[in-house]
Amino acid sequence: MAESKRLLILSSPPFVSEGETIERVMWRVNLVLLPALAWGVWSFGLDALRVAASCVASCVLAEAAAQRIMQRPVTVSDGSAVVTGILLAFNLPPGIPTWMTVVGSVAAIAIAKQAFGGLGFNIFNPALIGRAFLLASYPVPMTSWRPYGACDGVTCATPLGIIKEKLALPLPSYADMFLGRTGGCIGETSTLLLLAGALYLLWRRDITWHAPASFLGCLAIASRLSGRDPAFAVLAGGAVLGALFMATDMVTVPLSWKGRLIFGAGCGCITAVIRSAKGRAASAASWARRSFAAATICIALVILRVFFTLPMRFFKSLRLGIDYLPCPALRRSLSQKRQVLHAWLSPDRPKLSGLSW
Amino acid sequence: MRLRTFRGGIHPPGRKEMTAARPIRVAALPARVRIPLKQNAGESPIPAVSTGQRVRTGETIAEASGPVSVPIHASISGTVRAIGPVPVPYGGSAAAIEIEGDGKDERGWGEGLPDPFAADPKELLERIRTAGVVGLGGAQFPAHIKLSPPPGKRLDCVIVNGAECEPYLTADHRVMVERARDVVAGTRVLMRAAGVGKAFIGIEANKPDALEAVSAAAAAAGGIEPVALRVKYPQGAEKQLIAAIIGRSVPAGALPADVGAVVQNVGTAVAVWEAVSAGKPLFERVVTVSGGGVGEPGNWLVRIGTPFGDLLAQSGGLSPDTAMLIMGGPMMGVAQGTEDVPIVKGTSGIIALLEGEIAAGRERPCIRCGRCLEVCPMGLSPALIRRAVEKGDWEAAGELGVRDCIECGACVFVCTSGMGQIQGFRRAKLELSRRGGKRG
Repeated sequence: MAESKRLLILSSPPFVSEGETIERVMWRVNLVLLPALAWGVWSFGLDALRVAASCVASCVLAEAAAQRIMQRPVTVSDGSAVVTGILLAFNLPPGIPTWMTVVGSVAAIAIAKQAFGGLGFNIFNPALIGRAFLLASYPVPMTSWRPYGACDGVTCATPLGIIKEKLALPLPSYADMFLGRTGGCIGETSTLLLLAGALYLLWRRDITWHAPASFLGCLAIASRLSGRDPAFAVLAGGAVLGALFMATDMVTVPLSWKGRLIFGAGCGCITAVIRSAKGRAASAASWARRSFAAATICIALVILRVFFTLPMRFFKSLRLGIDYLPCPALRRSLSQKRQVLHAWLSPDRPKLSGLSW
Repeated sequence: MRLRTFRGGIHPPGRKEMTAARPIRVAALPARVRIPLKQNAGESPIPAVSTGQRVRTGETIAEASGPVSVPIHASISGTVRAIGPVPVPYGGSAAAIEIEGDGKDERGWGEGLPDPFAADPKELLERIRTAGVVGLGGAQFPAHIKLSPPPGKRLDCVIVNGAECEPYLTADHRVMVERARDVVAGTRVLMRAAGVGKAFIGIEANKPDALEAVSAAAAAAGGIEPVALRVKYPQGAEKQLIAAIIGRSVPAGALPADVGAVVQNVGTAVAVWEAVSAGKPLFERVVTVSGGGVGEPGNWLVRIGTPFGDLLAQSGGLSPDTAMLIMGGPMMGVAQGTEDVPIVKGTSGIIALLEGEIAAGRERPCIRCGRCLEVCPMGLSPALIRRAVEKGDWEAAGELGVRDCIECGACVFVCTSGMGQIQGFRRAKLELSRRGGKRG
């Protein structure tokens, strides 16, 4: 018997893996965002590139600095800060001053991401927090738009703005909005390129179709019900960007497909509601003038992320689940309610009495 | 034919081409065997021999010690040298009987039944038990227990498991190709012993030659239906196989018998056939030796108790670059620290992997990508269970269904964060069973 002198690795199974890593996923997302970014630069000039570059650079630097200060391993090479930077830039108007992009990036990374514990622990999409932060702080520069193809300081109205302000301007055609020949944020205009990128991610199984489909579907239905043009509602503003790249942000959306459907539906409905809200108060004017899908996701997140449906367990039972809530009391109370529902839905189980909603 | 399957699952690279076309070779008679006593789920058998005693091949050397226990037999003829703890492939060490061979391989077992298909089912079960037949897929559950369900439960079909969904392994594949008639005959015996009129033999579609051979052999026998299964891991897991073939789901915490099915591996079917028709106890099995660290991968018929090192030496030796030695497949196998462990009844393969073949990566925080939920064949939420386990909240883990986890490793395979949660899930199961809490 050959006595072995070699060192054999002892670990627990499985010993093989698919080889997908956070790094690969994040860099893939960056890759598919590039065409839409290029379109933004083509549409709005080098200013768009300046905004994007400063967002990415300051997000990466902010992440490195925050991790250094908090004495965590610096993981900027995983590409997640770059994703945040690009998505933040996508949500900014092309003419925004560089220092504002730095403020937004620091808010996104330091407050929304690292303060919550870093990648995987943030409860809000960092790019959206960055955008919301800037919108609340600097409403005017955040809502000064440029027409498609204008590289100078000319401002114009976005498609949603034309409707909202009842401007006597022609609405862009569906084709223009689909291809991206409109004004707007840097990355939100070209539905075509965003869709192409998302389809690639879908094919690579990095994202699932559930949240985007129910987001845009519900937005269209809600718009139809309130007497608006559903196709216009979907194509205008950041709805497509929000649905394809914000509502599919892994960290901040529900895990299961059912949860994602509900989450997307909530995003779609809230977007429709916010868009139809009247801009009464002056303070709300900026929101009303430029209501967008992105901000609504922040709200939808708070409402919906805690409610969560688990997948069908192997045992054929309908199981409405609750996210693994941080508060045990709430979890227990919700899981009790789930049991009631469970008992009610499966006739072969004894009915639980003494528990009520 | 429409391929049947289950919900969820993954597609790991099969890497079976190294050994799939290699006929089973008979391994050289080992000079010395160490036969662990406990090679069955349940109670450990009690030695029936003493040091210095001469034994012949197939002689009973340890007797069953309870209902869920089977005897152990000498796998070579020779002299009992020691009875004591030796390193075993399931980790740690356990009591074993060491036999020094005399090279004669004298037959020490009795005769078979003249007509097994006409025999009394009770007689068949007794033969299966005394021959020490356990599940050869890896779980080593005594076959006779599965075939005799508790009162109140009725079986209506036998499912023979030829899925062999683990990467690298081809032992079952070769058995089906080369011994299709024995597989079918064993299936008929299983049907008679279980008192059912219907049997299925489930084979993944990546083994067309096995499917063809088994179909040809089964054509003559009534009530046996070979079923082509989609190539997907873990197709060969008991509950997933039942779901794929007869469309029944085994409830959480229940056994296949609760839905009228009994699942046996193809190797077990052959062992059952040998036990009843030839009286031959289970003292040898087919083992796949494969992986980049093996000089000459192949399939071997090898005696139980043979050291891994002996078989590796016959397979062209173990490469010095071998990073990992595994008993079983790379998804659910057990990593070995030494080649000096014996082959047991549940050893379906010995896989030596080079550095490039194994998963390497550091753990990162979970980014909630949800892939594990998509692939979990039990419909669990591994990401959430993992969080519960990390917090030591066993109750929550139980509520999320950790007890239903079959430890197939699909969630770890797809994990983008490089997590190894299976260990944590085992811990949670252990903690929960220790507390004896009710099922969530």
